[in-house]
Amino acid sequence: MHELSIAQNIVDIVRQNVPEADWHMIRSVVTIVGEQSGVVPESLRFSFHSITASTELEHTVLDIELVPFMIHCIECGVDSLTEQGSVQCPICGLFATTIVAGTELHVREIKMDESYEVKT
Amino acid sequence: MSIITIERKVLEKNDEQARHNRDLFTLYQNFVINLVSSPGSGKTSLLEATLAAIKSKISVAVIEGDVQTDLDARRIEKLDVPVVQIVTNGGCHLEARLVNDAMQALDLARTELLIIENVGNLVCPANYDLGEAQKVVVLSVTEGDDKPLKYPAMFRNASVLIVNKIDLLPYVDSTIETLKQNALSINPNLTIFELSCKTGEGIERWCDWLRAQSGSRG
Repeated sequence: MHELSIAQNIVDIVRQNVPEADWHMIRSVVTIVGEQSGVVPESLRFSFHSITASTELEHTVLDIELVPFMIHCIECGVDSLTEQGSVQCPICGLFATTIVAGTELHVREIKMDESYEVKT
Repeated sequence: MSIITIERKVLEKNDEQARHNRDLFTLYQNFVINLVSSPGSGKTSLLEATLAAIKSKISVAVIEGDVQTDLDARRIEKLDVPVVQIVTNGGCHLEARLVNDAMQALDLARTELLIIENVGNLVCPANYDLGEAQKVVVLSVTEGDDKPLKYPAMFRNASVLIVNKIDLLPYVDSTIETLKQNALSINPNLTIFELSCKTGEGIERWCDWLRAQSGSRG
């Protein structure tokens, strides 16, 4: 259950990026989770709600965007989606590949109430 | 709706602390490995066999991570090697900050090799950089040869795979070929050692590698 620690990190990042007086205006937090990041989206949502319950963020939604696992084959130059995190190119069968996407774990954006004005 | 764009890595705080730890290890010329595996794969036995074989040749220190108890640290203490125990009290993995706390109790300037034994868990420790030079994953043949496919993140992030308990191969359905094939399909760059802490087979080759890695930093 490292999702609890990860959810706490997300909450910390959100609080650092929005002035405290405006925390109640945070509607959702868009978080990018790679399919092969080792994070279970359901556990992460559960952890996020547990941490934010009875705080200014209790109505904030954790919006998770799942990114499929994709590799790039150096031999045939093709990008492929593979199952179960395999880095074997499904076209030529070689392992001369690099991971293009699917292991990321980051907070992309914070969506605020309509009335909120983003300070630049 | 108003949107604040941030694009920040969720674990940036841990990554930052890990970078700081790595800088210190570089300064003191420590070769640091992060030993990870599921519970019961034989990490502590491997550590005992490794320390017995190399402690007279290079200076070693150990950081032990466990959910509860200092039983592992006591096992290591018997070998006269400096050891610090981290008890996570339920935490399923070590974080860079905990390792930094433990480092304060060690004489890094007099350490060539530092081995961090992580909490037994094939999932959570994969995400947390501790500042190590290499992540070493231990897998025993009794756990099944499909483990790399079931826990790919750990095998992807590791650079070394130790296949332990090879003396038990005649009694299990796993084959070493399938295990290696599965591991390499996740991470083709893995350096693989096959050994048995019980019989001692393969320990020397592993220790030679450790010494070569530690030596190349001095």
